[in-house]
Amino acid sequence: MSKSKTKKGKSEGISRRTFLKTSGIAVGAAALGGFHFVPKARAAGPVKLGAPFPFTGPYGTEATDQRGGVELAVAEINHEGGVLGRKVEVHFRDTKLKADEAARRAKELIESVGVDCMTGALSASNQLAINEQCKLAGIPYVSVSQSNEITERRDGSIYTYHEAMNPHMTTQAVGKWVAENFGKRWYFLTSDYAYGWQLTDGFRRKGKEFGIVDVGETKHPLGAGDFSAYMPRILAANPDVLIIDNFGKDQINSIKQATAFGLKKKMQIIAPILLMSSRLGAGEAAFDGVAGGTSFYWDMDIPSTKKFVEAFQKFYGRPPIDYAGYAYSGVKELLSAVNRAGSFDPVGIAEAIEDRTYDTYKGKQWWRPCDHQSQQDVFIIRSKKATEKYDVFEVITTVSGDNERLLRTCVEVGQNPNKPMRKGLLDKHKK
Amino acid sequence: MDWSVIVMQLFTGLSLGMLYVLLALGLSIIFGLLTVVNFAHGAMFMWGAYAGVSIVAMTGNFWLALIAAPLVMGGYGLIVEKGVIRPLYGRDINYPLLLTFGLQFIMVEIIRIFWGTSDQPFTAPELLSMPVELFGVFYFPSYRLFLIGMTIAICIVLWFFLEKTNLGLIIRAGTRDALMVRALGIDMGRIWWIVFGIGAGLAGIAGVLASPITSVYPEMGIPMLVQCFVVVVVGGMGSLKGAIVAGIIMGEASALTTLFYPPMADIVIFLVMAVVLLIRPSGLFGRAGLLE
Repeated sequence: MSKSKTKKGKSEGISRRTFLKTSGIAVGAAALGGFHFVPKARAAGPVKLGAPFPFTGPYGTEATDQRGGVELAVAEINHEGGVLGRKVEVHFRDTKLKADEAARRAKELIESVGVDCMTGALSASNQLAINEQCKLAGIPYVSVSQSNEITERRDGSIYTYHEAMNPHMTTQAVGKWVAENFGKRWYFLTSDYAYGWQLTDGFRRKGKEFGIVDVGETKHPLGAGDFSAYMPRILAANPDVLIIDNFGKDQINSIKQATAFGLKKKMQIIAPILLMSSRLGAGEAAFDGVAGGTSFYWDMDIPSTKKFVEAFQKFYGRPPIDYAGYAYSGVKELLSAVNRAGSFDPVGIAEAIEDRTYDTYKGKQWWRPCDHQSQQDVFIIRSKKATEKYDVFEVITTVSGDNERLLRTCVEVGQNPNKPMRKGLLDKHKK
Repeated sequence: MDWSVIVMQLFTGLSLGMLYVLLALGLSIIFGLLTVVNFAHGAMFMWGAYAGVSIVAMTGNFWLALIAAPLVMGGYGLIVEKGVIRPLYGRDINYPLLLTFGLQFIMVEIIRIFWGTSDQPFTAPELLSMPVELFGVFYFPSYRLFLIGMTIAICIVLWFFLEKTNLGLIIRAGTRDALMVRALGIDMGRIWWIVFGIGAGLAGIAGVLASPITSVYPEMGIPMLVQCFVVVVVGGMGSLKGAIVAGIIMGEASALTTLFYPPMADIVIFLVMAVVLLIRPSGLFGRAGLLE
């Protein structure tokens, strides 16, 4: 009731009758068990984009950079005339890296702020929770950090788009490169939740093709802090390669401490997602020689990268890290699709995105219609001696993602390969 | 499993325990004399680390940071005691507890405003960055050996100060019966002031010493604070001997559990705490009735 009232305040000249009519319908809809009606009743005013990220907690640094990517994308879109002729307004929220908090924040953004579309989160559990809320409300959501499940049958929907890579792609690309360049005995240090498990699982599968020996795995809790107690066990297993399947501060601390224990003398350290933020946080000595994969590095020789980096640099006075790229590209893709579709009609948006080839910041990408996963290249990088503060990695090679070679097939993710994703379309959006 | 792995793990546990000891000592010395439960101790630890980072950034000298950061934090402790804690003496134990609880948020927020949320790099000096061979069987980070040595040295200095100096004598007497000491014409307010400064300084030095091991970021003190409260409770509130013994026990418990069954490593210290409290409700070396 109060919602429709505040909206009225913005558009002048609405007769008392229309007011009674709309609020009557709103009350009726609420009585019938849902506020789904409310977002649709919104007229002009800005287009609202919800953006929950884990700003506090072990992934805070990366989340802050994603915020930079979102802000830049929105600034550019507003500069070019906005969405459907309206300005875009971003509403950030802190998920604190907790799935329940992410769900609450997303629900609040949808029901109280009344967002038209959503991006956000880092950590699969957060993304899945936000996705769930967006599916319920019928709001398009572009997910901008790694997750396998989000495009699978159970969680994916017509409203769900996944701009980021996923653990499967990452391990397929990095695993092959590691198997071809280093020894056969692999040890895994795994962050003990879905993301870490999926990385380790992906490496094991890829490793089988190359006859890799799995010499052990240690799982650590998210945000462990001290990793020293894990080191003797790893040393005793005597692997050729130590694969560190974790993220954020865990990556900093585990690599810092592995270096202090002299592990690098005996084995190659691989981080499937080698983060620039971690490298900057840990310093040069700790990351010396560590190699791994990434979705993006600011110093890549790609025209769209140069353009994005220049704009970001102008905005923030420093180059973006990989997770800023996801957020930038995802938001641009989603909002430009709304413009092409001419409305927030989910089928229209889906048609404007599916099978589209685009290049916002890292070379050619492609939206696969069956599951709304973005196909893209993976880059292999190695930490090097910095000549200036942000010049920290060398790009060793590009693993092409063309022809779905790094993706699981549509059938594997439980989707129909011959049809675009239409699952979960709410009745109110059916024509 | 090879015995050398177990010995190495014991060393790891010891170095882990040393950080607990340093922090718990500060907590315990403050509580023992002032009966102030200092919830800002983790934030002081974090500020110590940031003080170290700033000093190293300015001078490039780790050793200077190791000396200056605790002095800075000690000075900060003196200001905090005089400014906000002193007015609460004589009131319920919950007053300073709530006050320091709030203070920690302010301290974290100040760092977020001026340094941002990202991690600050902090590397051990060249001399201590290489692993050394121990007993000819395994490599151990030389920095961790240094940490163990430093903690032992600090404990000895602290022991000497408390047992062999006049000021130490007054502090010990004050812990027993502050009213009696005051009746002897000693200004207890001044003693409390100094002791709070010492506690904050200990948190500061722990912060600098921890920096090359973990990452330096605004919330780094929060998990440490939880673990150190466990250590202080197990050792006995206010007992310095207890803080040292319990710190080492907790370090070893956590390290050995990691070796044999990693999923338990995070909760084993709470398990130890539960067992100890069931047998000795006031902790290993605790005096009953201190909280009343």
